[in-house]
Amino acid sequence: MATVADWGPASCPWKTPMADVAMQSPAVKAPTARARTLRGDAGIAWLLTLPAILAYCAMILLPLLAVLALAFTDYEFGARSFRWIGFGNFADMLGDRSFSASIRNTVIYCLFVAPLSIGIALGLAVLIEAGARGRAFWRAVFFLPVVSLTVAMATAWQYLLHPSIGPVNALLRMVGAGTPNWLGSSDWVIVSLGFIGVWENVGFNLVLFLAGLTAIPRELYAASEIDGARSGWSKFWLVTWPMLGPTMLFVIIITMTRSIRVFDTVQTLTQGGPNNASEVLLRTIYQEGFHYFRFGYSAAITLVFLVIVLGLMLIQTRLIDRRVHYG
Amino acid sequence: MQSRPLILDLPRLALLSLAAFVVLAPYIWMVAVSVKPQDEVFKASLSLIPQKWALVENYGKVLATIPIWTYIVNGLIVCFGILFFQILFAVPAAYALAKLNFRGRELVFGFVMLGLLVPYQTTALPLYLGIHQLGLLNSYTALIAPFTCSVFAIFLFRQFFRAIPDDLINAARIDGMGEFSIVWRVVLPNALPAATAFAIFSVVAHWNDLFWPLIVIQKGDLYTPAMGILAFRSVEAGEDYGALMAAALLVTAPLVLAFLLAQRRFIEGITMTGLKG
Repeated sequence: MATVADWGPASCPWKTPMADVAMQSPAVKAPTARARTLRGDAGIAWLLTLPAILAYCAMILLPLLAVLALAFTDYEFGARSFRWIGFGNFADMLGDRSFSASIRNTVIYCLFVAPLSIGIALGLAVLIEAGARGRAFWRAVFFLPVVSLTVAMATAWQYLLHPSIGPVNALLRMVGAGTPNWLGSSDWVIVSLGFIGVWENVGFNLVLFLAGLTAIPRELYAASEIDGARSGWSKFWLVTWPMLGPTMLFVIIITMTRSIRVFDTVQTLTQGGPNNASEVLLRTIYQEGFHYFRFGYSAAITLVFLVIVLGLMLIQTRLIDRRVHYG
Repeated sequence: MQSRPLILDLPRLALLSLAAFVVLAPYIWMVAVSVKPQDEVFKASLSLIPQKWALVENYGKVLATIPIWTYIVNGLIVCFGILFFQILFAVPAAYALAKLNFRGRELVFGFVMLGLLVPYQTTALPLYLGIHQLGLLNSYTALIAPFTCSVFAIFLFRQFFRAIPDDLINAARIDGMGEFSIVWRVVLPNALPAATAFAIFSVVAHWNDLFWPLIVIQKGDLYTPAMGILAFRSVEAGEDYGALMAAALLVTAPLVLAFLLAQRRFIEGITMTGLKG
């Protein structure tokens, strides 16, 4: 950054010709500074955007087009040639048991993580907002998982959930409950990973809800009291819930797009096992592409993933356009 | 509401404390197990304080088995390398989009919006092919280059730059400053909150990333912290929890400490920018 700043005005050759032009044309009123901003200097603008445009083309646009093309080929990494196979890869997906497991698990994971992490976050946000004690403290505690290294924290959860030596099962034994093999049995694995997902996402949603709650005008609560809402419960349904509407839509979509990208915990803890019970979309893309080197097939799954993410974003923009603004 | 007596506030505080305990549980046991000897870990007791301390053994084992400092330094190089280029590329572009009028501006901005919709995992396969073709697998370049163009940074900075008064920029022009120095000396310093927020968002995202490093790095000396933990787990066959927790704690600590020191900035940064997810 320093190097660019050090160029200074002296090495900006385009400045001088501009000034000259302005002076050489007395017939035209000398442009004011404001007019110059509005007229703009296309040359400078393109020069300023050029590095970003080049990086964008190389790192986003071309790779995106390449994925689109790859998805319709049978290309395998290292192969000398490839064929265009149309929708062949997509047809293969229909009969691929590991892919259908992957889609099913990802959907279950999202449907587990989103409602729980949103509901818990909302409950905690209301609790924090209801009093003055320790606001910053609670917020910091619940936000901690968001900044923690997922792979490391997943390892800590692995210990906590260990079937024989883990504290969770030690606690369950004490109260005489059953002790499932949380990450090792195909019945429990997606629930366990989902629980870790909830743990990861609650803090993020909580902060969004806190912002939403602070924005609700206090007078509305006073007004609801006049209308007979005495208990905190009825005030919540009368004022808080409808006023949080826009925040809620936003949080739902954010949580869905975050949880559909689950990868780190699965890769660290179960690698898709046991018996594909925790195979998820991003891990299937990784596995097909970088383990079996079936780039064409992996690209096709990538497109499915992209379409789902785009679908969620489309819903978001639709809803935001239509959302009701109160107050 | 502010001065509710403590006694009435207790149920609320109790509920919050219970939730806080569940959230903090992995941290508490991570610290506790990292100083326990292996036989105590296998006793499956709920006690947190070890009868015999094994701090030296566990942490010593981590340092002897894997070059954890190298991983942490790699993490820092990658995160700040990425951040450097993201700022270098995004800030001038955002300035042009916010304050200069040029043909094609709408088109460029349209591409920025398009980029916002694409999760980075989508482009992994072709990027891998390209990096392989250039012989750059297992290099810092492979870890940094794919993230140098942050459309999110361009979008965020553009929003902030639009709020900077034109008069300020025009005053700088009258003082004889060129557009490049206006970008770095006038515009960026006026958008420091945005820059800080973005920096925190970017560093947290890339420090914690596993997907991309796993794809382009096979050599141990270029492992990032996340990969280092994975490698240590497989070396240890995953059962020496004392040493494993010690390693996990060492790589989690830098960001968590930074967070505890500047909580508000972190929360603002990640939630404002994290809108991208």
